[in-house]
Amino acid sequence: MPAEPTRVTLTDDGPVLVHGPVEIETADGRRVRSDRPVTAVCTCRRTRRPPFCDTSHRTRVREEQRT
Amino acid sequence: MTVVPATPHTGRAPLPGARGPWSETVLELLRGGDPPPAGEPADADPYGDDLQLALHCCYELHYRGFAGVDDDREWDPRLVTLRVALEERFLAALRADVPPGDDVAATVEALLVEPVGPAAETGVSHHLYRSGELWQLREYVVHRSVYHLKEADPQAWVIPRLPDAAKAGLVTVEHDEYGAGDPARMHAVLFADMMRELGLSTGYGHYVDVVPAATLAEVNFMSLCGLRRSLRGALVGQFALVELTSSPGSERLVRGMRRLGCGPAAIRFYDEHVEADAVHEQVVRRGVLRPLLAAEPALAADVVFGIRAAGFLGDRLGELLLGRWSAGRSSLRGPLPDGPPR
Repeated sequence: MPAEPTRVTLTDDGPVLVHGPVEIETADGRRVRSDRPVTAVCTCRRTRRPPFCDTSHRTRVREEQRT
Repeated sequence: MTVVPATPHTGRAPLPGARGPWSETVLELLRGGDPPPAGEPADADPYGDDLQLALHCCYELHYRGFAGVDDDREWDPRLVTLRVALEERFLAALRADVPPGDDVAATVEALLVEPVGPAAETGVSHHLYRSGELWQLREYVVHRSVYHLKEADPQAWVIPRLPDAAKAGLVTVEHDEYGAGDPARMHAVLFADMMRELGLSTGYGHYVDVVPAATLAEVNFMSLCGLRRSLRGALVGQFALVELTSSPGSERLVRGMRRLGCGPAAIRFYDEHVEADAVHEQVVRRGVLRPLLAAEPALAADVVFGIRAAGFLGDRLGELLLGRWSAGRSSLRGPLPDGPPR
């Protein structure tokens, strides 16, 4: 079976999306596995669950400033 | 090979008790009777216990059915006619109560900011994170069980109704909800594991009798939009709202549960949703909404309606919970054994 290339989707506002199961080696040498159909890898470094996105990239808006 | 865990939540639901003439008529039809018409649907409270329970019972026939009820009642014309009449009443109320719009991009953008500050941090997950008590958390899980024991099922109805690209995106998310090939990781199974660890019954439909109309209405809206092809845009809107907003709330529930000393199976359900829904948000925006609106731009107003109506119903339930709890009262129609201190 020919190997399909791994599809990687760049988002303009948040994580990088990797399709298929992945094993990620983090900067400190840890290996973290994700078996999700798609994995969102944090690029903004604000996540509290590295290396995965937890939506911490979202703009935080004080309620009184909202229209 | 993966062994399917033996979980009781896969069984049929018991028939609930009636809450008025409409639900009594539906239950009588389910029991094989031939009751007279219940009256004019226009007179029924669209958000009331009677209408919402009647709809819930009609919809349950399309999921797993009721113990002791003939499966063919699903397509009994008397039940279908009644269901559609009550749906029209419910839909008309929702259309009157949420502002119309067709700017999907702006509506989605508004969901992708995280409101902070005392004026914003007032929802149920904020309360359970900061100061909620264990009996309140257990009540919250009871409310949620009406949906989560069949998590992703209402949205599965929409699959054949979507254009190809949107279908592929939606199924990617649904596949993850259903455990990505591993039944033990299905979100409905993880939810049942959490209920068990919190000392709650995982029986399918077990808590329907104790949840109020506001809880049933949220799930009924999903079933209504899922079963009607004409509301496929609204179903996608409802789906998008959940997937776009649940990550931060799930994180708060994880922290609230840790504060309350809950066990690992309890924490795992919401813990899973922090990361899963961070992915689902991206897939829903890029892989579902974008291709759906490219193929069927006329659905934009329905998508916005689905987002807003689901938000409206969610807010109503949240206000009910917080209102009762702040008064030291149960949010259920009958408190759990460890309910609010008397």
